[in-house]
Amino acid sequence: MKEPKKPKEPPNIDIYRAWCKGCGICAAFCPTGVLARDEAGYPYVQDIDKCINCGWCEIRCPDFAITVEQKKRRERRTKEEREKERPAREVTSG
Amino acid sequence: MVEVTKLIHKYLRHDKKFPHVWCPGCGIGIMLGALVRAIDRVGYSKDEIVMVSGIGCTGRLPVYVDFNTLHTTHGRALAFGTGVKLANPNLKVIVVMGDGDAVAIGGNHFIHAARRNIDITAIILNNSVYGMTGGQFSPTTPYGMKTTTTVYSNVEQAFKISELAVTAGAVFVARGTVYHAKLLDGLMEKAFLKVGFSVVEVISHCHTQFGRLNRMGSAVEMMQWQREHAVTVEKARQMKEKELQDKFKIGVLVDRELPVYQDEYEKVRKWSQGVVKK
Repeated sequence: MKEPKKPKEPPNIDIYRAWCKGCGICAAFCPTGVLARDEAGYPYVQDIDKCINCGWCEIRCPDFAITVEQKKRRERRTKEEREKERPAREVTSG
Repeated sequence: MVEVTKLIHKYLRHDKKFPHVWCPGCGIGIMLGALVRAIDRVGYSKDEIVMVSGIGCTGRLPVYVDFNTLHTTHGRALAFGTGVKLANPNLKVIVVMGDGDAVAIGGNHFIHAARRNIDITAIILNNSVYGMTGGQFSPTTPYGMKTTTTVYSNVEQAFKISELAVTAGAVFVARGTVYHAKLLDGLMEKAFLKVGFSVVEVISHCHTQFGRLNRMGSAVEMMQWQREHAVTVEKARQMKEKELQDKFKIGVLVDRELPVYQDEYEKVRKWSQGVVKK
């Protein structure tokens, strides 16, 4: 049986509070509702698992105060390593 | 996506001037981001670019960028830009103006720069009001809207900046909104690459002055208004005139070829020196 796919690691959202003015554009136009606003109007990450890394909050932020970063994947294995892992093929005659 | 922010840190004076002076949610910040991304995509070096601006909220923009910048008198940004371009045609001149700068006090400079077809990119941010000076009505305030100097209602018709540029003879005219920020990147990139007078009109919002008096809500609600009222040029072709009445087109409106001023002027210089006979 096939193993179920591993869930993708969610990206890292960084909000730079020193520059943020709390306009609410990032939270309002987030397509999946990852961001929300606190009582003072500043955004915070509500549900990071919903993030699809579209980057619209970063592009629409007028104050350059939010970044979305996809965490780095595991480095790709080289060809030799893959060969080693693969079980040796049975030689069939015929 | 973090690369975008890296670019912003590369091209902006982020260690001195930030956070910027514009109101929370102002579209000028979004436009500045699009401008920087477009410049990076074309691949200009910082020394190649001259960014010229006039007075107003948009006039503050060159303060934040790390290019050669020129902050000039009200409405004269294009005149200064013309001088820079003719003195050194190798420079890329980008003129950033507000609607008051471009079509009110600098209206003549604007139409004559377009007619002359000098190789300048004009980026005009249209927020329908004079924001910095207290919300007076501007030539682009729509009919029937309230401002601090038209407290009952504005009785004048608004200028349509892009259509004016097309009529005046600009070779590349495009319109975008700050809501469609990725489209704006592409339009600006095309405008930079076009040789000749190219205009990008950016529809923005002034929720502090214009939105408050007209009960249009916050920056978010005004951006939703842009989303509802913008129609792409391709889609507008299939729509009827009646449906387009309260909408505006976004995308490339005109892209044509006309002789460019500084090339023609170079010819005149050669004729006058007797190098080439006419």
